[in-house]
Amino acid sequence: MNNGEGRRLSGQAEEEDDEDDVDDGGLEAWERAYADERSWESLQEDESGLLRPIDNKALYHAQYRRRLRSLASSNAAARIQKGLIRYLYVVIDLSRAASETDFRPSRMAVVAKHVEAFIREFFDQNPLSQIGLVTIKDGVANCLTDLGGSPESHIKALMGKLECSGDSSLQNALDLVCGYLEQIPSYGHREVLVLNSALSTCDPGDIMETIQNCKKSKVRCSVIGLSAEIFICKHICQETGGLYSVAIDESHFKELILEHAPPPPAIAEFAVANLIKMGFPQRAAENVISICLCHKEARGGGYTCPRCKARVCELPTECRICGLTLVSSPHLARSYHHLFPIAPFDEVTPLRFSSSQHRLPKSCFGCRQSLLNPDVMFCMYAASYQEIGPAYLLNAQNANSISALTVIFMFTKVCITAPVARVSDISRLSAPVKNSYGCNLNFWSSQSQRAVFSYV
Amino acid sequence: MASAPSKLYADDVSLLVVLLDTNPFFWSASSLPFSKFISHVISFLNSILLLNQLNQIVVIATGHNCCDYVYDSSSLANRSSGTGKLPAPSADLLEKLEEFVIRDEKLLKREPEGPIVSSLLSGSLSMALCYIQRVFRSGPLHPHPRILCLHGSQDGPEQYVAIMNAIFSAQRSMVPIDSCFIGAQNSAFLQQASYITGGVYLKPQLLDGTFQYLSTVFATDLHSRGFLQLPKSVGVDFRASCFCHKKTIDMGYICSVCLSIFCKHHKKCSTCGSVFGQPQSDAASEPSKKRKTGDA
Repeated sequence: MNNGEGRRLSGQAEEEDDEDDVDDGGLEAWERAYADERSWESLQEDESGLLRPIDNKALYHAQYRRRLRSLASSNAAARIQKGLIRYLYVVIDLSRAASETDFRPSRMAVVAKHVEAFIREFFDQNPLSQIGLVTIKDGVANCLTDLGGSPESHIKALMGKLECSGDSSLQNALDLVCGYLEQIPSYGHREVLVLNSALSTCDPGDIMETIQNCKKSKVRCSVIGLSAEIFICKHICQETGGLYSVAIDESHFKELILEHAPPPPAIAEFAVANLIKMGFPQRAAENVISICLCHKEARGGGYTCPRCKARVCELPTECRICGLTLVSSPHLARSYHHLFPIAPFDEVTPLRFSSSQHRLPKSCFGCRQSLLNPDVMFCMYAASYQEIGPAYLLNAQNANSISALTVIFMFTKVCITAPVARVSDISRLSAPVKNSYGCNLNFWSSQSQRAVFSYV
Repeated sequence: MASAPSKLYADDVSLLVVLLDTNPFFWSASSLPFSKFISHVISFLNSILLLNQLNQIVVIATGHNCCDYVYDSSSLANRSSGTGKLPAPSADLLEKLEEFVIRDEKLLKREPEGPIVSSLLSGSLSMALCYIQRVFRSGPLHPHPRILCLHGSQDGPEQYVAIMNAIFSAQRSMVPIDSCFIGAQNSAFLQQASYITGGVYLKPQLLDGTFQYLSTVFATDLHSRGFLQLPKSVGVDFRASCFCHKKTIDMGYICSVCLSIFCKHHKKCSTCGSVFGQPQSDAASEPSKKRKTGDA
């Protein structure tokens, strides 16, 4: 011990000379961004002298396309069942390690910021699901908010309690969460997302037992680490079927956490299919005044529970008087794009169009952008539309690399979702469909589904 | 997710995308003749172009079988460079509209069955959103886009999912969808669209005064709307229809796997084939339309 101290003392003088010399003469990753890569030099000015932000679009779209392609190859036009009604607990580690400053300003602040964005995105993609928050502090896990469907209450509670101290304890957190998740209805999918900053865990008992418990209760645990890869986290995720990832920097962390927002593929035995009774309230006009349940004051323009006629202000919610779950049809419609995803488009370079089989139209079908422009290098071709008519060329404006921008990702989903996804079912349609010209989008063809989505 | 950085020309420049309903089945039975309606619309478009020199208008015709662009005020043909002339919608628009209607009629394969004859609102909404997305990507200087639906045909239930997808896209890009509904009964789709995206839904009571309704309610740009008292919503019908009988219900049962709506208790879901009340592994022997994870 003495020798070690002596060595450290003599080495200290050298250490003080080298700035930030932490790991064997190299710099930490965040320091390298300033020292080696000189991020200030990649700023650009636009015409009026104002700073233009660094253009990372090409990089992001390359990653995005890669991800889409890998997803598509694994899905291979199969409809993987997704767990749409999710009960997710987010476990936030507020131990000593969360006050480290390798994420600016501190790990805790970065986590809180991104958890807020995650909560909003989660409710946007899964309107029927619920989130609860749990914190680990001083080796003890505390429930910050109960399972609920309103994003504001969670975010407010989180932002109010951002102090860190003590050790982290994975076992306590998992025990607490499993206990709460026992009480939810059987059709819901049970999930936990642990945001782990610490490198150690201080447990009162055998964590392997807790893991087996989780597995038995069908809880899917995922972990996002902020420091380094830890075996026990990897083990938890492997046993329960979750995802383990470690964040390299802030933007990577954001990407990783937002990956958990869309519903994961469901492990079929985990949730029992059930018929859930729900109500679809009508929205009253602004001048019809009534006392609402949530604020207990007279207001106009809320929703009326169809069973007990009580007024609520926002949906989805549970009627406090009669216990009926109240949703509106757009909430259900939001989840349909998880159920029926479209196939990704094929990117085609203009060189391919010099062949005789493809006539190059002069302008894009969707947005009328001229395709004769030399800046435009890539177009996208709805590959599976061959049966119907000529290719619908959708323009990718100003694409300058192999990863052509998915110009109209969401919008193209709308344009093409029905015909492309249901090419095989065209023959069963009764509405005029085989139209080689126009954007005939009015079908949702599979027999059972045509009945499904009728709306009078 | 949000629209491109908004370094606009000014706050009050707007890009108006008008979705004009040309469904012949609706117009043949309407009290207001199509020619009169078009004259109202053209006057309205001219007044928008006069409000601000940088305003842009795009008109998309919504037919029974197809949709197409019929007018674009920012296209090169319409802007005579150098002379500073304002683009004039009337002649060009009418010509293209006529061509469009002829094309639309040619595509009609057989008489539509059933009383509800709807036009392709989902298609024109999608095209409008494509155009708006192109405008967003054209650079930091762009006008505030919004969509105005001049629609009269009834809702086609088969377009429900496509229209909802378009509405959510518009909501994410913060593009309001306004609607001026000239049909007989309220359109639930357009009411929902305006409610979800923050637009205005109006059903004029006197169709002879359509120009007045259009210019007082829909002509102002998005920034100035905050200072005006626009018509409030009269209530939005958020009820769904059940899959078994297609009747509108306000209380129903939802399958937890595929979110299909039923009006009474069933043993099995007709959409996804899951058997209710039993663990999924029993249902795995059913001819499954769904595939579980782990299947090759």
